[in-house]
Amino acid sequence: MNMKLKLTTVALGVTLAAGPAMAELVFPSLSYRTGPYAANGIPFADGYADYFTLLNERDGGIGGEPIRMIECETGYNTEKGVECYESTKGEGALVYQPLSTGITYQLIPKATADGIPVHSMGYGRTSAKDGSVFKNIFNYPANYWDGASVAVKHLLDVNGGSLEGKKIALVYHNSAYGKEPIRTLEELSKKHGFELSLLPVDHPGQEQKSQWLQIRREKPDNVIMYGWGVMNQVAIQEAANIRYPMDQFMGIWWSGSENDVRPAGEKANGYKALTFHNVGDDFPVFADIQKFVVDAGKAAGAGDQIGTALYNRGLYAAMLAAEAAKTAQGIHNTKALTPAQMRDGMEALEITEAKMAGLGLPNFGPEFTVSCENHGGNGLVAVSQWDAAADSWSLITGYEQSDQDVLTPLIAEDAAAFAAESGITPGC
Amino acid sequence: MPEQLAFALEVTANGLMAGVLYALVALGFVLIYKASGIFNYAQGVMALFAALTLAGIMDGQVPFSHLINAVFGTDVHHFGWNVPAFLAILLTMVVMIALAYAVQRLVFRHLVGQEPIILFMATIGLAYFLEGVGDLMWGSDIKSMDVGLPQGINMWIDETTFEALGYGFFIDNLDIVASIIAALLVIGLVMFAQYTKQGRAMRAVADDHQAALSVGVSLNFIWILVWSLAGFVALVAGIMWGTKSGVQFSLSLIALKALPVLMLGGFTSIPGAIVGGLIIGVGEKLFEFLIGAPFLGGATENWFAYMLALIFLVFRPQGLFGEKIIERV
Repeated sequence: MNMKLKLTTVALGVTLAAGPAMAELVFPSLSYRTGPYAANGIPFADGYADYFTLLNERDGGIGGEPIRMIECETGYNTEKGVECYESTKGEGALVYQPLSTGITYQLIPKATADGIPVHSMGYGRTSAKDGSVFKNIFNYPANYWDGASVAVKHLLDVNGGSLEGKKIALVYHNSAYGKEPIRTLEELSKKHGFELSLLPVDHPGQEQKSQWLQIRREKPDNVIMYGWGVMNQVAIQEAANIRYPMDQFMGIWWSGSENDVRPAGEKANGYKALTFHNVGDDFPVFADIQKFVVDAGKAAGAGDQIGTALYNRGLYAAMLAAEAAKTAQGIHNTKALTPAQMRDGMEALEITEAKMAGLGLPNFGPEFTVSCENHGGNGLVAVSQWDAAADSWSLITGYEQSDQDVLTPLIAEDAAAFAAESGITPGC
Repeated sequence: MPEQLAFALEVTANGLMAGVLYALVALGFVLIYKASGIFNYAQGVMALFAALTLAGIMDGQVPFSHLINAVFGTDVHHFGWNVPAFLAILLTMVVMIALAYAVQRLVFRHLVGQEPIILFMATIGLAYFLEGVGDLMWGSDIKSMDVGLPQGINMWIDETTFEALGYGFFIDNLDIVASIIAALLVIGLVMFAQYTKQGRAMRAVADDHQAALSVGVSLNFIWILVWSLAGFVALVAGIMWGTKSGVQFSLSLIALKALPVLMLGGFTSIPGAIVGGLIIGVGEKLFEFLIGAPFLGGATENWFAYMLALIFLVFRPQGLFGEKIIERV
């Protein structure tokens, strides 16, 4: 009897250690609904939660398996983000979307060691695109360097194909995030012959008079911004104050929400922002969200963020996670998933227009495929423009591919450096 | 005039204007420290709270609406009216006076006689509490602040300097208005302190609160008065900074801009806050223009302001206008 009990205990222990598939699909949401960046964190978290709620209410989950979303408040604070990871990973978390470059950097070694995938969509470490080194980290469909490259590509388009002799200023948050595009832009300035000037803005960016006086003196032809939080609103206001043409001012996607342009009112009209997903609420999926989520009283927030840039980004992130989970279910022929199986699903993810249209999201994002070598998608980015009178963004370009000739060697170089310092042997 | 000199003059003028905005925040710290010896860590959050309240009242927002809706299952957000700016400012001031009363009655009255570090810790608690209450009361979304202040380039200065120097200076209309309001505020505060009974009582408390108590001055009243005045200064600062960036939780971080001003101007002097603000404003802008941007890659303003303040501290620890305290044993 005693031996039987011992054997049962050992068997149970072995089964648990092997990481059994859980009965629910667990998706943690590392959100920030409080603190200085809450205005941006809330719509993203709402979109992320509402899409999973929709799948539960309408479809009974993913592949018939219910979804359990665990929300953990990070306050956009790296330490709290890591605490959230540690406190939720034991719940059977399938994938983490840290929603902060700082938290992502901390989670790269931890999640890799724990075998849990991380999806840093449009933020985090750019070279994570190299899946042969960053086996558990994904950053599809686009990264910061794609953004910088497509910004320059757009400027080439509006300048008749040449930027020779032009001046482009980069106004950036003086942090690891803000500095991300510098190397890419330096390479692109050599290639296209434009003069690049760099204007860092210290956190939080409430005071930018010096930078905008410099822009007024130097009169750059275009300004690109990698800003965040209050820095965005102040920059757009200062640009309006010095009468800088708004259609020559373009921000990365983290400088392209309604929150960034509305405080400047009419003066923000024409401001451009890069994006890797569509804008507005004119998509069939929103009717379902209204019916199954909002009208049913199950919305994550007040229901007033639907269709905003950041709500759509949260929804898009959840959609990509759900599609990866479906792919994983197909690969492993199981409804319940482990993090390792989810990783396989992410690595085999293929997003096509037909698939998006079937989800009620036609032309909502770029088509892309993920592979072992390429965890970052195809680098397709569009440009949106703010219409102050209509109080809305609209896409003014299709999804353009970044300059792979320039970016591929830069990513390979950075990934190789990480592999060397971390003792990783690259391989697929 | 050489182009570089014209640029430097423009930077100096803008530095003076920025300095006034820093001084507006620093003034609130000075008022409370002078009267009660408390370094009010919550001053930046008070500016945020005041601005949130003003924006919420103007917009006809129902306070605590998310909480009310969550508890009672209702769906109320707005009263359906907009309040004119002047009336909303008055109502916000009533809220700030109520806050001053609550802070004094519920917190600091119970901490009389405690070490300064305890009082400082209490203000840290107050800061986080106020930030949370502000969030709960008015929500986390970014609000526009439009009380009718002009913004954008001053065309008269632009044209005049262009005719005189061949280069038109950029001066923001909002900064000009802020300078005028700050000047009026300082004149008003000084006159209040000099020529009113309550003002003299405030000064008496600032000099020696035990002596003031012995001649019948009510410490409670004076401290409520001082916190109310600091609330008023916070409201003015909140309006100015909120107009620039929208009202949002980062507004509380403007306190970081006031610290070097206080170190330089002294914690107990109203003129010191103004002069300190101007020196920091001009110093950081000129340094950025002459050295920071061309040679150090830019973004030098934050650390340079503190370095400048530290240099002053080395030679004059009490700040330019602060009172030198000599304790004899």
